[in-house]
Amino acid sequence: MSIALPALGAPRTPKIDISWPILILSAALLCVLILLPMSWLIYYSLVDRTGAFTLDNFKTLVTDPIFVDPLTTTVILATSSSIICCAFAGPMGWLVARTDMPLRRTVRALVTASFVTPPFLGAIAWELLAAPNSGLLNKIYRAVTGAGADEHLFNIYSLAGLIFVISAYTFPYVFVLIANALDRIPGDLEDASAILGGGTWTTARRITIPLALPALLAGAIIAFLQAMTLFGSPAILAIPAGFHTMTTKIWSLFNYPPKPELAAAASVPLLVLTVALLRAENLILGRRGYSVVGGKQGDPRLVRLGALKWAALAFVFLVLMCPVFLPYGALLNATFSRVATSFVTFDNFTLHNIHFVFFELSATQLAVKNTFLLGVASATIGTIMAVVIAYLTTRRAIRGYRALGFLATAPVAIPGIVLGVGLFLSYARPPLVLYGTLWILLLAFVTIALPAAYQQLQSAFRSVHTDLEDASRILGSSRLRTLRDITAPLLRTSVIATWCFIFVGVIRELSAAIMLFTSETKVISVLIFDLNESGDLGAISVLGLIMLAITFAVVIAVNRIPGFGDARLRNA
Amino acid sequence: MPKVRFSRRQLLRAATAVVGAIAAGKPGRPARAQARAVAAEPITPALIEAAKKEGKVAFYTAMDLPVAEKFAKAFEARFPGITVRVERSGAERVFQRIGQEMESRIHAVDVVNSADGAHFIVWKRNDWLAPYLPEEVARHYPPQYYDPDGLWVTTRVWLSSLGYNTNLVKPEEAPKSFADLLDAKWMGKMVKAHPAYSGTIMTATFQIVREFGWQYLEKLAQQKVMQVQSSTDPPKKLALGERAVMADGNDYNVIQLKEAGQPVEVVYPAEGTPLVTGPSAVFASAPNPNAARLFQNWLHSLEAQQLLVDFARQHSVHPLAKEKPGVRRLDEIKLWRDDPAGVEQMSEQIKARYAQIFKV
Repeated sequence: MSIALPALGAPRTPKIDISWPILILSAALLCVLILLPMSWLIYYSLVDRTGAFTLDNFKTLVTDPIFVDPLTTTVILATSSSIICCAFAGPMGWLVARTDMPLRRTVRALVTASFVTPPFLGAIAWELLAAPNSGLLNKIYRAVTGAGADEHLFNIYSLAGLIFVISAYTFPYVFVLIANALDRIPGDLEDASAILGGGTWTTARRITIPLALPALLAGAIIAFLQAMTLFGSPAILAIPAGFHTMTTKIWSLFNYPPKPELAAAASVPLLVLTVALLRAENLILGRRGYSVVGGKQGDPRLVRLGALKWAALAFVFLVLMCPVFLPYGALLNATFSRVATSFVTFDNFTLHNIHFVFFELSATQLAVKNTFLLGVASATIGTIMAVVIAYLTTRRAIRGYRALGFLATAPVAIPGIVLGVGLFLSYARPPLVLYGTLWILLLAFVTIALPAAYQQLQSAFRSVHTDLEDASRILGSSRLRTLRDITAPLLRTSVIATWCFIFVGVIRELSAAIMLFTSETKVISVLIFDLNESGDLGAISVLGLIMLAITFAVVIAVNRIPGFGDARLRNA
Repeated sequence: MPKVRFSRRQLLRAATAVVGAIAAGKPGRPARAQARAVAAEPITPALIEAAKKEGKVAFYTAMDLPVAEKFAKAFEARFPGITVRVERSGAERVFQRIGQEMESRIHAVDVVNSADGAHFIVWKRNDWLAPYLPEEVARHYPPQYYDPDGLWVTTRVWLSSLGYNTNLVKPEEAPKSFADLLDAKWMGKMVKAHPAYSGTIMTATFQIVREFGWQYLEKLAQQKVMQVQSSTDPPKKLALGERAVMADGNDYNVIQLKEAGQPVEVVYPAEGTPLVTGPSAVFASAPNPNAARLFQNWLHSLEAQQLLVDFARQHSVHPLAKEKPGVRRLDEIKLWRDDPAGVEQMSEQIKARYAQIFKV
């Protein structure tokens, strides 16, 4: 941001504080991003095809089994995934943050890898692994046990299969929350416990774990919301199995002839559930004083596991097989195999898939370019917005900061596909036709990323004491200059982590993109989804691996920009 | 390129194959072009020049992606300097996408090739298509395969067939008819594509309902069918061995896979096989009007039509296109009549009813 600033030496120069224009600008932007799309959505949910007011859409929603069934399925799915995520991510987070288990940094990096892996790509990889008849794991099972051709160990095309795959790519959220919370618990408290005679395990039980419980709860809620609003994995796994979730149902309502009224109404339960859960989280956590962050801390005390540490490591790697090792292996295998679910041998080794994707598939270049462009632009714009809003709200710099904070958090309650619908309804018509341009995708991606980015930076701002900023302000700096010279350097790590977080989020994004793309604004995720619908698994594997390579390359590069600090990915 | 292998039976059949005639009951070639509303257009140097200036063409299509890209590459090789961007999805999706884009006044599509003839009725009614009649079409194609106003031309003909994986099913046990699919032994072993995605399946579902009524599909739905989207996918699922039998899907994909050495076999059901025709058209609002016309013209030339037969394993209505051995000729198969006007009337009902019966 290049804004003329008065020199520090001339504090008395009269100047205009530009925080008001920023507030107005941010508010306007948030209206464009959220209020307008949601207004259209609500309008549509309350009208019939002729535009007359009606409640019939909601009546259909609660009475017709074609809506009631997906809703029930979605609740079961989200609850199960949430429980599974906590059951595995909780112990893993503790092992990594608080014990002397070996390879802890490697484990963190691998969890990052599973976070970076788009869930829809994971779902396709798990089709390769655990489709009942052609899945590689089932083939191994039959070969080892001599079971008949009809028997299988896993069936990924089932509710259980879907829950498993969604959990595998949702648990990083819970893991990061718990591991970070445990990282931050000061050693002093544990020292105190030890001095008072508490053994290692007593300390862990009475001090460490209770302090991490809020993070676990937050993790459970985030996992629930993720599982509930995910579109790609259910579209890939549930539809072949013959059932819908709410997201795939909403999406199917846009098949020709589109029924936006019903789609709008069907998204309301998702909105309500999300808002209610976030409220509940606030109520539970809001009043508790767990603010152990900040101040000088002693090093965390590591629990000695003894011989158990190898068992712990084995457990962790077993868990990481599911989102990382097995799927990557399956994609690599499919890339070089003539038949996607045959093991590569000398006979069926082929470079055809690679040749096809690079030299025949005419959509590749455009999709890669669009994805990269949108990723960088969304991450940059989203980070800047999140920094400004987080600053204004944590410092209560202006009146109306609450509204600003609310608006920045609100999109969290809007599932990607619902936002996609809203944006489509708002910007596919005059006066502002953004549909068909990359702008509408940019709007969607920034909106989706904003709540998490905002919360991440908000907690970062909170950890920076205001004394330093106050000093700068007293010496006559404007807010922006203070932000730039004092606050920003202290927040560098968080800012980079946020940038990477958004970038990765954009690459992973499918549910809004599927509503908003046109042939010229296709992104890799949509292309992969298209290819899955036509069964071109070899091409998907190549594209998926390209996608992962781009993501890892960008994330690593950004973390290595000289002078820009070396943020740890674990914060992402 | 995988090597194409022929069985002895196929070679034998090839020897007796009649060159040219493809569709059963196809009338003789018209001696002269009849009176038409539009003039037939040859590929002229001026057209090529203008197309090269545009440099690109957007081809929306429902055909199998590798097939579409093959056409694209062949065109690019024939007319260097013009790149083809293939936009492939199911015909019903393509239809929805074009509708959405037109409504938002986004003019992105140059040439469209669908798998659902009904779409051209709608597009024609909406006045979205440009009249353009390639000279080769006017000279050679039987008149029922192109619009008298030159708004569309039938690019390809294929069937929605049954099929099975030869490793999982013995030929004598394989289903021979639609009725066979209702046998309890196929419970949980079938894969099927979706009429709300695929134009081929929309067309086939229309014909199945016309012949058997909805009861047939209601019974089929009891068989725990694996539901995929594209009619290109069931053959691929067969090849993977994911399911033993396909209840519908493109016969040409099965043939391609079989010729690539995969353990799949096509079955044309005893009751009759749904016939699908895939027309192409130039959009009136094409952003690259000259490249669009050049592409449309080339797509129906003998060169492209022979590629359709030889590589894509479909049937050409170009009388000079030579059948390639290895597939049953259309006049050897009991075919059901396609009826785009009927599909146009019923497509909404089919989508709704199908979703009710199959739950997805």
